[in-house]
Amino acid sequence: MSGVRVLVGTRKGAFVLTADGKRERWDVSGPHFAGWEIYHLKGSPADPNRLYASQSTGWFGQLIQRSNDGGKRWEPVGNKFVYDGVAGTHQWYDGTPHPWEFKRVWHLEPSLTDPDTIYAGVEDAGLFRSSDGGQSWQELPGLRGHGSGPSWQPGAGGLCLHTIILDPSRPDRMYIAISAAGAFRTDDGGKSWRPINHGLRSAHIPDPDAEVGHCVHHIAMHRARPGVLFMQKHWDVMRSDNAGDSWQEVSGNLPTDFGFAIEVHAHEPETVYVVPIKSDSEHFPPDGKLRVYRSKSGGNEWEALTKGLPQSDCYVNVLRDAMAVDTLDSCGVYFGTTGGQVYASADSGNGWNPIVRDLPGVLSVEVQTLS
Amino acid sequence: MILVVLPTHLRTLALVSGDVQIEVQGQATQRSVLDALETRYPMLRGTIRDQVTLERRPFLRFFACEEDLSHESPDAPLPEAVASGAEPFFIVGAIAGG
Repeated sequence: MSGVRVLVGTRKGAFVLTADGKRERWDVSGPHFAGWEIYHLKGSPADPNRLYASQSTGWFGQLIQRSNDGGKRWEPVGNKFVYDGVAGTHQWYDGTPHPWEFKRVWHLEPSLTDPDTIYAGVEDAGLFRSSDGGQSWQELPGLRGHGSGPSWQPGAGGLCLHTIILDPSRPDRMYIAISAAGAFRTDDGGKSWRPINHGLRSAHIPDPDAEVGHCVHHIAMHRARPGVLFMQKHWDVMRSDNAGDSWQEVSGNLPTDFGFAIEVHAHEPETVYVVPIKSDSEHFPPDGKLRVYRSKSGGNEWEALTKGLPQSDCYVNVLRDAMAVDTLDSCGVYFGTTGGQVYASADSGNGWNPIVRDLPGVLSVEVQTLS
Repeated sequence: MILVVLPTHLRTLALVSGDVQIEVQGQATQRSVLDALETRYPMLRGTIRDQVTLERRPFLRFFACEEDLSHESPDAPLPEAVASGAEPFFIVGAIAGG
């Protein structure tokens, strides 16, 4: 019997939501790590019972938790994140040099093939890898050291490496994104990196089409077509058909092209989902209506998906890592809100239902499709 | 034996339900107590002090005998009442609302 497991990171703990393939009745487990911020948790594609979670607070710092049984039991593993060599400086908000300081892990990306290998995107922006199940972590220093690192500047949420995408067809290719430096790609397993921001325009930086400095919010890729990328930038929804070498805007008829989350349908590589947010100064849906927008044409033409979602007085946000899809025949789409709701659609977004309504603010949503 | 009082979250992390007793070799100082605590409960590494600099995390305090010892040298001897186990060594999280 197929089923899904939805992994939810919140401001006050982690929750595991499970259902069978119908996705009608849900079991809610949690809070795990009650009282701690769980920025992200994700399962290994190579072993669905192997989960990793990023657990932190301002008081006690960063922990990494690992589960070998699908989230029933957890054990803390390594939490020592030390930048390689002399950490150097990046720009501070006022443009002055600021030492690189580890603050937290924003995103955990398990290897596609090895349950013991996992990547961590951290603040201040850096990429770490563990090859022993999270016990020890080593930085991939080529990213910060590729040349532009000293010019990177934090976004409002910090200088965070929040997106890691592994290319299933080319094991040495990986994409990452940093707020507010932009997107980067490696083709040699993380040894060397180059910015892939050609075509982005950002009015809030001195040179709107600079090579780095763009506040990329999130990137999504379809596994069957890894050279095609979709990006939700601070403003603008973008698309690349050449692995990030160049980007074109596909915001089209969206009511606003500001937002955080972006995701691609599991079976339709041209079907893309975003949640438009009013603006960078008003982080809530336009007109108090929570609407997911879907394009079936790879962008530009978007339709509002509203069935089952609140269409008045709704002022939540949907953060960058808080949307995911399952791979069941009828693709499920899931997202969580800062108001603590997790919505699910079992029919590609046509209709939505809340799985839970009153969790702490949701920071991340990931989905595992179980056989 | 030295009695250490942990904040709630660290008790949960260390899988202990109450105060913990720590055996310290040599003189009882903040450093020797924390070294012994982290040896016995390795999951606490990095949660009380930075793993590289060994500096106290900013939102934590060390109290004992009604005194704030947070700014004392980590190698300064702890009060005799703490060293003898008569008084506990408190690791306290800053109060924050919201």
